[in-house]
Amino acid sequence: MTIEIRAQQIRKRQNRRNAMKMAGRYCLAIGITLVFIFPVYWLFSISFKTPDEIFHHPPVWFPESIQFDNYGVLFKDGDAITVWNSLVIATVSTVFAMFLGTIAAYSLARFKTGGQHLGIWIISQRMLPPIVIVFPIFLLYVWLGWVDTYHGLIILYTAFNLPYVIWMMRGYMEDIPIELEESALVDGCSRWEVLWKVVLPLARSGIFATAVFTFVFAWNDFIFALILSRTEVTTFPVQVTHYFGGQSNFWAKIAAMSVLGTIPIFIAVAIMQRFLVRGISMGAVKG
Amino acid sequence: MARITITGLHKYYGNHHAVRGIDLDIPEGEFAVLVGPSGCGKSTLLRSIAGLESVNDGAIEIDGELVNDMRPRDRNLAMVFQNYALYPHMNVYENIAFGLRARKTPAGEIDKKVTDAAALLNLDLLLDRLPRQLSGGQRQRVAIGRAIVRDARLFLFDEPLSNLDAQLRDEMRGEIKRLHQEIRKTFLYVTHDQIEAMTMADRIVLMRDGIIEQQGPPLELFEKPTNKFVAGFLGSPSMNFIPSALVTEDGKVSVKFEDGTTLLLPEDRQSKYASQAERQIIFGIRPEHISRADGSDERVGVEKYQSVIDLVLPTGSRTYGTFHIGRTPVVAELQAHDVKGAGTALALLVDMNRAILIDPDTEIVI
Repeated sequence: MTIEIRAQQIRKRQNRRNAMKMAGRYCLAIGITLVFIFPVYWLFSISFKTPDEIFHHPPVWFPESIQFDNYGVLFKDGDAITVWNSLVIATVSTVFAMFLGTIAAYSLARFKTGGQHLGIWIISQRMLPPIVIVFPIFLLYVWLGWVDTYHGLIILYTAFNLPYVIWMMRGYMEDIPIELEESALVDGCSRWEVLWKVVLPLARSGIFATAVFTFVFAWNDFIFALILSRTEVTTFPVQVTHYFGGQSNFWAKIAAMSVLGTIPIFIAVAIMQRFLVRGISMGAVKG
Repeated sequence: MARITITGLHKYYGNHHAVRGIDLDIPEGEFAVLVGPSGCGKSTLLRSIAGLESVNDGAIEIDGELVNDMRPRDRNLAMVFQNYALYPHMNVYENIAFGLRARKTPAGEIDKKVTDAAALLNLDLLLDRLPRQLSGGQRQRVAIGRAIVRDARLFLFDEPLSNLDAQLRDEMRGEIKRLHQEIRKTFLYVTHDQIEAMTMADRIVLMRDGIIEQQGPPLELFEKPTNKFVAGFLGSPSMNFIPSALVTEDGKVSVKFEDGTTLLLPEDRQSKYASQAERQIIFGIRPEHISRADGSDERVGVEKYQSVIDLVLPTGSRTYGTFHIGRTPVVAELQAHDVKGAGTALALLVDMNRAILIDPDTEIVI
């Protein structure tokens, strides 16, 4: 009898200790999350504040009413078009880079095109600091008449992202057992059909993951867009810098434009999340 | 159905000469098994026939048509791979139908063929499953199903059973052989497992270092090997090779072991070896041709040898006893209760009619 009571006491104590441990962990996790999420919250909240609230001391943690004037100004002045520009340029260049890069990667993975070292040489191009090449490219673009055009930036981002796409996709494709392709060849497929029916479906996660990163690179780029655009195809990161003035900073516009620029990335990542996690970890474990 | 004729085939991988001048003729409807140790070139030969490897020299003909430069899809053959090569993103039905779809077969016909194949291979209830939801044996059956639905003229198997456990392998061996009996097409099967080769083949093609050592019906290779490698490769446990000498005593040719024992060659082999006397040889005898002396020993060509068994390996139905002649361990296949334990002295009978004599320098059977 006494043994049973004692066992009960020990169990209770253990449960209490476990609960405390768990509570501690949650507190820590919440604390860390708050620290990291606060700047994002602050950005969003500023975009909905009035000028008074923005500069109020002590700070206004929660805007009294959600107002969209800051966004309204961006649309009225035509500044919001820069988000559209970014969207077009990043999307089209991603599609081009993925298409060309995937085919090139297949060639490298399966036919050892260019020998053993071509892959390394290609990815080394991606490692060049953009600032090193941006001025020669600027001179070239002036000569070609491509400065401040959609196709100028699209071609640039396609070329700049191709090495990354080739490198990533080559890895994903090398992980696909070659017997699957050989089997398809014997079964009656041409090389293109093998690529379309077997390789691409199996590399799907890798394709999505690579595409998201390629899109994000193009979306976030500042230096190329700054040098190679003027007024016609300004992208949103360049536009944001226009609000930092010598006399004052337009915090409301900076915040609203930044939110507009963040939303497409949120949406892209949310849609692709399932593929993204699998894609990133795909090459990690070889069966 | 297809006849395969291969003439003077060579294949290099860089400096490595993987296939060295193979000549091979496989008639229609035959079940031929390419067998040999790892790296002997058997898979390379199979893949060259499939069109998955280019060849450096020689000709591959299927039904008299030169196929060297033909794409795999145009050769109209089906292949089963070692790791099954099922498409992981397609269910069983789509996997089996894949080759038919690639060849633009009408939908109704696809459905009938897939259903028939699934019934033949007991896959009817698994058609909706993905490959990862199947066991190894089921996956192998899907791979075979994918091959048989195609009206291919030639079936290639590249070590299809080596990923399965022993029991399943036995089962699948039977199934593949039965399948061949039913569809009667030309099968070319690669394995490194000599038991697989013996049990399934109409003809064994035994390879080593890129050449064919010997080819023919399984029992012919087993009973009349032309060299030491073939004799040692086929059979389990493998043949005993005992360094000895051919000597003449009283006008009769005998085999003399290191320990001084002599065993008389049978009458019908005396004249053959009379001119070879007084030379070193390797005496080859299979474990099953050494048995325990049981008193009724006076058979023609059977010689007695007094042994001391130093290792006993019971398998249930048989017991393998090892003894030494000089420094050479020799295995004898005994009845289950013939020997009690190590150290037992045992009179053994050696069936000299079944022994082979090998030239130690050339390793060719004399």
